[in-house]
Amino acid sequence: MQKLLLLGDEAIAQGALDAGLSGIYAYPGTPSTEITEFVQNSKYAQEHHIHSTWSANEKTAMEAALGMSYTGKRAMVCMKHVGLNVAADSFINSAITGANGGLIVVAADDPSMHSSQNEQDSRVYGKFALVPILEPANQQEAYDMVRYGFDFSEKYHIPLLLRITTRMAHSRSGVEIRPPRVQNEIHVPEDLRQYVLLPAIAKKKYKNLLKDHSSFAEESDQSPFNFYINGADKSRGIVACGLTYNYLLENYPDRHVPHPIVKIGQYPLPRKMIEKLADECSEILVIEDGYPVIEELLKGYLGRGLKIRGRLDGILPRDGELNPNLVAVALGKPDTTGIPAPDLMVGRPPSLCNGCPHIDSYLGITEALNGFSKGRVFADIGCYTLGALKPYEAINSCVDMGASITMAKGAADAGLVPAVAVIGDSTFTHSGITGLLDAVNDKSPITVLILDNEITAMTGGQTSPGTGKLEDICKGIGVEEAHIRILKPLKKYHGENVRIMKEELDYHGVSVIIPRRECVVALDKRMREKFKNK
Amino acid sequence: MKKDIILAGVGGQGIISIAAIIGYAALEQGMYLKQSEIHGMSQRGGDVMSNLRISHDEIASDLIPFGQADMIISIEPLESLRYLPYLSPTGWVITNTQPFNNIPNYPDMDLIKAEIGKVPHHVALDADAAAKEAGSPKVANIVILGAASPFLGMAYEKLEDAIRFTFGKKGESVVALNLKALQAGRNFAAQYI
Repeated sequence: MQKLLLLGDEAIAQGALDAGLSGIYAYPGTPSTEITEFVQNSKYAQEHHIHSTWSANEKTAMEAALGMSYTGKRAMVCMKHVGLNVAADSFINSAITGANGGLIVVAADDPSMHSSQNEQDSRVYGKFALVPILEPANQQEAYDMVRYGFDFSEKYHIPLLLRITTRMAHSRSGVEIRPPRVQNEIHVPEDLRQYVLLPAIAKKKYKNLLKDHSSFAEESDQSPFNFYINGADKSRGIVACGLTYNYLLENYPDRHVPHPIVKIGQYPLPRKMIEKLADECSEILVIEDGYPVIEELLKGYLGRGLKIRGRLDGILPRDGELNPNLVAVALGKPDTTGIPAPDLMVGRPPSLCNGCPHIDSYLGITEALNGFSKGRVFADIGCYTLGALKPYEAINSCVDMGASITMAKGAADAGLVPAVAVIGDSTFTHSGITGLLDAVNDKSPITVLILDNEITAMTGGQTSPGTGKLEDICKGIGVEEAHIRILKPLKKYHGENVRIMKEELDYHGVSVIIPRRECVVALDKRMREKFKNK
Repeated sequence: MKKDIILAGVGGQGIISIAAIIGYAALEQGMYLKQSEIHGMSQRGGDVMSNLRISHDEIASDLIPFGQADMIISIEPLESLRYLPYLSPTGWVITNTQPFNNIPNYPDMDLIKAEIGKVPHHVALDADAAAKEAGSPKVANIVILGAASPFLGMAYEKLEDAIRFTFGKKGESVVALNLKALQAGRNFAAQYI
């Protein structure tokens, strides 16, 4: 068998290609981006016409994947954890419609918020939707789970959630791969009303889902990704979910853990294994990255039954990513540490690149707002969020994709005029357009800066769905042409740019200012490739 | 044989290339490997680090426990100190002394050098100067790799092979430049062996 060195993300993509994938759908989001990029860069995917271009947002991606599954072909949709909030409507309902061709939803969680605004645990969503969840402990499992997941999905006509974390997504290891299998042919559902969620139909389908849910638990007891390992010391049993199993083993150099263990890679929980553990052990330590989902479940609301240890009782921290040391302490083993970092140590936060067009935009709007009271700039998710940091300190909010425009509108409705929204081109097409339509219909006095660097920069330079279309989109939803202003964010135009920004701040209606200049990283890459081809 | 290595630097300095070269050399020798890195937000001129673990036995955790790293390989002096809590008492720090100063409160360089000097086992060299002498400032990361090479527990030739493999596509002159940079680092470290 061939062994490849793959990131967790890449192992998932390779697993999908080898399992007969027909299409992958996604909006870029750290740490999930590399899954789709791997398929985009795959020669095999090109030769086999596997769909892999970016979607405008996670909801459109989820729905397109559902549509592909409807035809009987296998589809995957990938997103970062907060992307699942955007796709949630479609995701939850896809559990009711069910799948036809295999359908896997990948959600990449980010405990410790390495590059996110929260550390929500997608397993909660899986439970909410009543779909089975897969959670790999290593890159090999990530690879294997995809084929297993597609087969499971087709057996029960149910989408599966594949939950990974940043550590899994961005860690590399050897993976043994299998020969690829062919894609499914088109075969629309036997029941042509399977996807029609009229109440009368949805009620029946929901009952079926509930019935299947007990089968899912039985499947979990048979799953190759869940296993029970006996141990002589029954004073404590251990439940280790996903990647945390490795942290547990790390603490025993000979890899023999004295306690009984249930290693979890598939949910709902394998009931028989958990019951056996509970019968045999005086207490159970639950090790899980993310929320204390399993701990809470085993503990129950009153916690009067079995003694459960974990993030809730403080033996492990309540938040943040786990590591071998935190698990060592929970196991009662000594913590280890090297030399403390010296007192002179300072942070080195990320910053906008030298020459970045956002710098000129921020210097412009900050100067244009001189004379108004502080706290009027609602920003969004992207590189430009770094404008919150020194030396710019130019923005006052960053909440979720698209919230800049709608929050500015709400603030303007309340009387904070002028209110400014700052949003990137890709974020605008992701979730900004509908908010702008609200503002237009309400004639809200807001000034929207669409920072157009013609790329999705933060996640590494993916295409931006709105490139070349932004003015037309704004015009189309009713922004007055005279108040759509295009700027060149360069130092030499600073004075003129400030003048135009001031004019629009003075206008009592919706203005859109589009500072347009290519991302410097993208420009550099483009030039290098041009040079290389010569 | 097992080596747990923390790779450190600033986004864009080339720690991922170092990881790829050591990783390739390890795999060629039939070793196991786990390498964990953080992408995304941390790349925009922020600090970056990677956990690289190579071993003849199967590796459990993707993360190196604190106090157990055999080596910190850093392309930037301040960054070499950030991860000292990972270093084992017998571990080595191999670092560039040339600062990458992109923050307003960068500490005094003499104080940083004094702190590096306190680490019992360390190799500190101006990799930028050595890289320029080798032919290009871009290969400072490979100079540092060369300086780390005596402590990696693998034959120097294996690293040369890995460089030939990694840069082969870019042409003979790029391979030669990187091999020269590797040798420059190696020569400097020879005094510590």
